[in-house]
Amino acid sequence: MAIMNVNPTRMQMTKLKKQLQTAKRGHKMLKDKRDELMRQFIELVQENKKLRDEVEKKLSECNAHFISASSVMSHQALDSSLMSSKQQTGVEIDSKNIMSVDVPVFSSVAESPNEGDIFPYGFAFTSFELDGAVMSLQELLPELIRLAETEKSCELMAAEIERTRRRVNSLEHVMIPRYEETIKYISMKLEENDRSSRTRLMKVKDMLLDKAHNYSGKYTNPAGE
Amino acid sequence: MVKNIAIIGDSESVKGFGAVGIDVILCNEPSDSAVVLKAVAERDTYAIIYMTEELFEASKKERDKYSEKPVPAIIPLPGARGNTGIGSRRLSAFVEQAVGSDILFR
Repeated sequence: MAIMNVNPTRMQMTKLKKQLQTAKRGHKMLKDKRDELMRQFIELVQENKKLRDEVEKKLSECNAHFISASSVMSHQALDSSLMSSKQQTGVEIDSKNIMSVDVPVFSSVAESPNEGDIFPYGFAFTSFELDGAVMSLQELLPELIRLAETEKSCELMAAEIERTRRRVNSLEHVMIPRYEETIKYISMKLEENDRSSRTRLMKVKDMLLDKAHNYSGKYTNPAGE
Repeated sequence: MVKNIAIIGDSESVKGFGAVGIDVILCNEPSDSAVVLKAVAERDTYAIIYMTEELFEASKKERDKYSEKPVPAIIPLPGARGNTGIGSRRLSAFVEQAVGSDILFR
């Protein structure tokens, strides 16, 4: 791991130590966030899977109903009976915050004149298969909306988990080792400087003592004794 | 905030949805799906947009613009021509994106 390009000074080291501490704290928090997101995501995705299997099964049943309806009615009659809808299904959008991910919450608001009256046509000229088809679709509607909600939530959470995972990994495997190594490098460099200046001082002291007392006999006595 | 629901698909697959109060938007050619989706999503009146699977597949680029936003939710549904398994594959892709490998449905 490469160390950072910094000056090996005490000040720089203090700064880096502070940054390392922040990075470690951030790493711990992001890791907790990732784990919690993951837990909720797994729950949600399992529910989503169940819901989707169910919806797809029921939808194919609905389609079968419509096909049998279209087999006993003419195309034009079928289309015109489905064309004008009595109700408008809307959804109230709310949002829920799961670990800083904003996920939508849909609750259906049906604007229909009355609950039991869902058929947009009179019964005189339509087959009963069509009634069954529309009814089964109406029953499926809450599940369809729930499916949309969970699937969107899964999509948003998957993206957020990926981002968080990347951050955790980059902190754990790149940033923190780099800080640690740089700090180690600076402290070693400082110790080395310390030792070298100490030996230099000792050397100078020896030289000065030698000069003052003439241990080596190198220096001639200025007084000529 | 109340918004509506739309479904985009071929006439065979989506005609029943009009009866239960979902706005039906016809699109018979998969090649047109991106344009249609763009027009529908830009209107910003829909919270959920269902698409039949073949159209869903054909409009990936346009869909990705909305993948980060909470609404609209763009959801694939099997059409009259049968289930191609895109829905389950999409879920697997989410798991793979989040976890790193598909650990749930293999």
